[in-house]
Amino acid sequence: MTTIAMQVNGKEVTADVEDRTLLVQYIRESLGLTGTHVGCDTSQCGACVVHVDGKAVKSCTMLAAQAAGKTITTIEGIADGDTLDPIQVAFHENHGLQCGFCTPGMIMATKDMIARHGTDLDEKTIRSELEGNICRCTGYHNIVKSIQAAASAMAAAE
Amino acid sequence: MYQTTYHRPATLDEAIKLGSNDEAKYLSGGQTLIPTMKQRLASPESLVDLSGLSELQGIRADGGSLSIGAGMTHADVASSAQVREMIPALADLAGGIGDPHVRNMGTLGGSVANNDPSADYPAAVLALNATIYTNKREISADSFFNGLFETVLEEGEIITRISFPVPSKANYQKFDSPASRYALVGVFAARTDGNCRVAVTGAGNDGVFRMEAAEGALSASWSADSVGKNRPDPDDMIVDLHGTGEYRAHLVNVLAKRAVTAA
Ligand SMILES: Cc1cc2nc3c(=O)[nH]c(=O)nc-3n(C[C@H](O)[C@H](O)[C@H](O)COP(=O)(O)OP(=O)(O)OC[C@H]3O[C@@H](n4cnc5c(N)ncnc54)[C@H](O)[C@@H]3O)c2cc1C
Ligand code: FES
Ligand code: FES
Repeated sequence: MTTIAMQVNGKEVTADVEDRTLLVQYIRESLGLTGTHVGCDTSQCGACVVHVDGKAVKSCTMLAAQAAGKTITTIEGIADGDTLDPIQVAFHENHGLQCGFCTPGMIMATKDMIARHGTDLDEKTIRSELEGNICRCTGYHNIVKSIQAAASAMAAAE
Repeated sequence: MYQTTYHRPATLDEAIKLGSNDEAKYLSGGQTLIPTMKQRLASPESLVDLSGLSELQGIRADGGSLSIGAGMTHADVASSAQVREMIPALADLAGGIGDPHVRNMGTLGGSVANNDPSADYPAAVLALNATIYTNKREISADSFFNGLFETVLEEGEIITRISFPVPSKANYQKFDSPASRYALVGVFAARTDGNCRVAVTGAGNDGVFRMEAAEGALSASWSADSVGKNRPDPDDMIVDLHGTGEYRAHLVNVLAKRAVTAA
């Protein structure tokens, strides 16, 4: 067991965890933040994407102990009270989800994508940036549309 | 995943002390090791996280070479202005590994130490004739890789940095598997001080290799014609559900020509 401390969605948390605990297990099972999903066993689907020190990572492919001392943001941490993040609004308005299982990962990946590439995103960039996020439902079309809409909304707000 | 004990040492000496036994494994970005442990294909009793070691950090020019810390992530290398300026083909290669989330964690040192037969970096290390620096020695690229998932690294040895001589021309062509994004075949061609080297990943059933038969002609004349009909023996190629030996040998030839043309 190791005692780990980190900041999750703005709050300091500490816990004793087994060293083999994955970050996603800690987030879901110990912290009860079940918005972060587990969609595969092979580090390929991206349903588990969270931000560690501002960078998108697959929380199923990192130990909780590796995240000790770091700042974590999950899907639960991006809205401002009742005001949704512009990316959440865009997915809602553009039918960017069907079952919603991939959506938390898609939204966290989008936040990272816009942070790196800015709001001027073409379709090709968006599609190649989504390499690590799999959706079984939508065929990606409305996800791409949602991301474009989110980027435009964020550009307009700047 | 089986039980394990996690350490995050702050110094290289401490890391080597913890890592020098056959029950321990170094953990860098974890993008290969953790999936392998989740599948229970690896079960190290202890994990020694290298992310706290300053010796493995940073990217800097070092004479005519570019020295990259083993702990630099694929995203660090892809977005570095210095790599982009000195060896753009290397920045492009790093930016084409896996997906953005894998690139935010996976590292140069982890990829080269792991020597997956389909990994991208080994092709660059071999074609650019890089030098691998460890905690105890320097190893030339030609003597570093030792077959599938094998290198000459000894127990407890840590790659600290890799130094890449700056080429006058270089390009990496990757034909990726649309499912895994690993290279089905990848060819890195480089010309450095008039010498040409071509290295192939994803294809050889003994791991990364050089296409020496084409290198002499390329040194005389850098053009796709110099690659000519050169291709490896299909019997030496990986055969799997993605492609036959014949198919991979053909791809090597096509990608080598494209790399030379694009460089
Ligand atoms: C979905 C997915 C897609 C991927 N696609 C690609 C791809 O397209 N191309 C590609 O090349 N790779 C790909 N990878 C692999 C990825 O690049 C890994 O990051 C890389 O192979 C290993 O680096 P790491 O830092 O994660 O190492 P780890 O997983 O931490 O370690 C790997 C091995 O190297 C050893 N090691 C690590 N650092 C050192 C060191 N400094 N000295 C000595 N030994 C060390 C470890 O003990 C371990 O045995 C992919 C991975 C995933 C999960
Ligand atoms: S659950 Fe993490 S990538 Fe699928
Ligand atoms: S909406 Fe169902 S998996 Fe993407």
